[in-house]
Amino acid sequence: MSDAVKHAGLNLGATDEETHEQAESELFGFWVFLMSDAVIFALLFATYGVMLPATVGGPTPASEYKIAPAFVETLILLTSSFTYGMASIAMKHGEPRRVLLGWMGATLGLGVVFLGLELHDFATMFGDGAWPSRSGYLSSFFALVPLHGLHVLVGCVWLVVMAAQVLTFGLDARVKINLLRLGLFWHFLDIVWIAIFSVVYLQGLIR
Amino acid sequence: MTQGLWPALLGRFDWQALPFVRAWETPTVSEIIGAGAASIVIVGAIGLMALLTYLHAWRYLWKEWLTSLDHKRIGIMYVVLAFVMLSRALVEAVLMRMQQASAIDAPGFVEPDHFAQLFSTHGSIMIFFMAMPFLTGVINYVTPLQIGARDVAFPLLNSISLWLTGGAAGLMMVSLVIGRFSTGGWSGYPPYTELAFSPDVGPDYWIWAVTLGSVASTLTGLNFATTIYKMRCPGMTLMRMPLFVWTALCTSILMIFAMPPLTVATALLALDRYLGAHFFTNDLGGNMMMYANLFWLFGHPEVYILILPAFGVYSEVVSTFSSKELYGYTSLVLATMAIAVLSFTVWVHHFFTMGQNANLNAVFGIATMTIGVPTGVKIYDWIWTMFRGEVRFTVPMLYSLAFMMTFVLGGFTGILLAFPPLDYLVHNTLFLVAHFHNMLIPGTLYGMLAAYHYWFPKAFGFRLNERWGRISFGCWVVGFYTAFMPLYVLGASGAARRTQAFYEPAFRPWLYVAGVGALILLGALASLFVQLWISIRDRDANRVFAGDPWDGRGLEWSVSAPPPEFNYAVLPQVAARDPFFDGKRAGDPYAAPATYEDIEVPRNSMTGPVIGIVGAALAFALVWHIWWLAILCALGIVAAVIARSFARDVHRTVTAAEVARIDRHWRAAVAEAKPIPRHIETTSANRGLAEVPA
Repeated sequence: MSDAVKHAGLNLGATDEETHEQAESELFGFWVFLMSDAVIFALLFATYGVMLPATVGGPTPASEYKIAPAFVETLILLTSSFTYGMASIAMKHGEPRRVLLGWMGATLGLGVVFLGLELHDFATMFGDGAWPSRSGYLSSFFALVPLHGLHVLVGCVWLVVMAAQVLTFGLDARVKINLLRLGLFWHFLDIVWIAIFSVVYLQGLIR
Repeated sequence: MTQGLWPALLGRFDWQALPFVRAWETPTVSEIIGAGAASIVIVGAIGLMALLTYLHAWRYLWKEWLTSLDHKRIGIMYVVLAFVMLSRALVEAVLMRMQQASAIDAPGFVEPDHFAQLFSTHGSIMIFFMAMPFLTGVINYVTPLQIGARDVAFPLLNSISLWLTGGAAGLMMVSLVIGRFSTGGWSGYPPYTELAFSPDVGPDYWIWAVTLGSVASTLTGLNFATTIYKMRCPGMTLMRMPLFVWTALCTSILMIFAMPPLTVATALLALDRYLGAHFFTNDLGGNMMMYANLFWLFGHPEVYILILPAFGVYSEVVSTFSSKELYGYTSLVLATMAIAVLSFTVWVHHFFTMGQNANLNAVFGIATMTIGVPTGVKIYDWIWTMFRGEVRFTVPMLYSLAFMMTFVLGGFTGILLAFPPLDYLVHNTLFLVAHFHNMLIPGTLYGMLAAYHYWFPKAFGFRLNERWGRISFGCWVVGFYTAFMPLYVLGASGAARRTQAFYEPAFRPWLYVAGVGALILLGALASLFVQLWISIRDRDANRVFAGDPWDGRGLEWSVSAPPPEFNYAVLPQVAARDPFFDGKRAGDPYAAPATYEDIEVPRNSMTGPVIGIVGAALAFALVWHIWWLAILCALGIVAAVIARSFARDVHRTVTAAEVARIDRHWRAAVAEAKPIPRHIETTSANRGLAEVPA
């Protein structure tokens, strides 16, 4: 391994030099993708901000947001980032495969619970007549928050695929790099959720 | 027909959607033109398939081209796509000019609705399916060669981008045959494109074609940013990169950050149309200004996505054909970056007249004018590059010169438009149409045509016919001035853009002149095809296998033409700008390496074509509300991606012996070739080996 710049994010350990070189550009590319994705979220946040007053006599943030479930969802997602971090460390230190798979499974479980709670939130809102077609405000809410949920769903599917690959291929270079990519993705979702919790739910409390 | 099996199977399709049926029922000239265009698509598609079958070329095409992950082949396919779409969109432009010339106090021969489709498809195609594929193709072909890389960072992603673009272009072609296209212009402004005003399939075709294209461009951007940052050969520092690579980098960064706003804009418009959301509707809190902001947050950087690569091409061409180092390299790099940044600060100038306050307009007006500064820097740098150089007026050089003159004129009119009070007078008139054609034709099309002539010998191993190149060039320039200068006059006189008929007889002479100009431009395109035909016919007389027909400066000229699949038998080492040019003057750049090694190249993959075709089918299903097909296609794409992630045997090894054989074959040809001096480089004496002046 040359002393070239290493990729940002978790390194693969000193024993695996060839993978380092490959990881450098592959993870850089994924960072670039995430930045592009961040632009999409930023624009949806901006749209939400502009549309917030457009409730046109329908449901309002104050009437719809329940802070308790949103807070629980936040805790669950933060915990899932922690469990994924543990999975990354297990991979880095070459722990037995079942440890890695265990932490991945825990992450998946938390992700699924998060999605379940979020869907429950949406169902409650629909019960109140808060449909995306009711007002500009609700349209922008349902463009922003479920898009994050969709990302979590993609992350969950990706976790399943990666678990299958760990079982099929073991930890070859491509599996390792993909696990690092998935890690970036999962932590990125966490960051976006923190923005959603602050900008959408907490702001909803004071309106 | 509203319930039952039919809509479940075929969505909202009915026989009226076919232009042939409409032309049969109401045989007006307009409908017959529509049916004729549809027939051309069908006959063309069937003819192409028949030809491929006759030549037994399917297998070759599939194995060697369609599934290829070689950046050079992908680049060539992009350019082919661009030429096909250019032909269609130019014919539409001619049709529009003919209509306007014949519709002064008269209805003309194209009906208003049809005319609206023409300007919508013309604009959408020229931007998304002509200019973007053309520049993406050139970047694809040239960039890895120029930075001394074997391939791009993500070859498979490259193929997927190509095929998503191809699928989107296919959707544009299908809209000619089944249903109709949007009448909302290339920018698709709501609320007009909302369900309330455009309930037909037109805007949906527009939404999904543009969305596929913008996703493809985002992926291209991240691929090339990564390639340029991470794949440069040893010694190729950022400030030693050829200027074209710099512009490719800035364009890629613009794609990464500017295409998502377009995706968001079209996606939200789709939510409005499909789920009854209220982002841009007139009622229930919808706000059309959100669309204007999102669209132009993409739209203005897009202008520079289109123009920057052309700037890069001109930098290469002017330097090569003046036999001089590029003047002011650093200032050109800084100007490129400044333009890329400024392009994000000006988007409001696209809607000065939509009711924001005067201060905001002033800020954006000033920001807009600021872009003139780095652009001016570039123009001066190119002029100084030619100064005291040994300038050869080859076809690419002629395009560069025509660009410098014409682009400056267009820049001046841009400064005029950047004054909000003046913009109030001419907005939405043909003055604006003249302005942006004045920027985009020299600023993108000439640049890409210069690139086409300049790198064609590298890509195919033989030079293009010089005489027909000049004829075509002459037609593009004369046609441009004849077609667009009258529009400045018309626009300043108040002639609105996108108008199907005029009621002012004084416009007549100007419209006639513009119509003649459009025909000359059609002649320019035709001469390009004639040139290609003649060049292929005479290819043996114009072979340049040795690879350096123009006494080139960058690494791309240091390999054979066409280059081997792996580009470089041994990765080059770079110590300065213009490494090949310096190498030729310092000693023997063709010395064979001591040893050869195995080279890994990506294996062909059908993932790209599958995702592109299924993606286009998904878009088509969404347009027609064929839900079962949409779900099937969406699942198909997910399955293809997952299946591919399990593929492990994705590389193929070219053995050291094979590399050595290919490389030695080329070096033998170089040793045999006779170096030619610059003044006869456009003759058949040119076999691709440049004479180095003592």
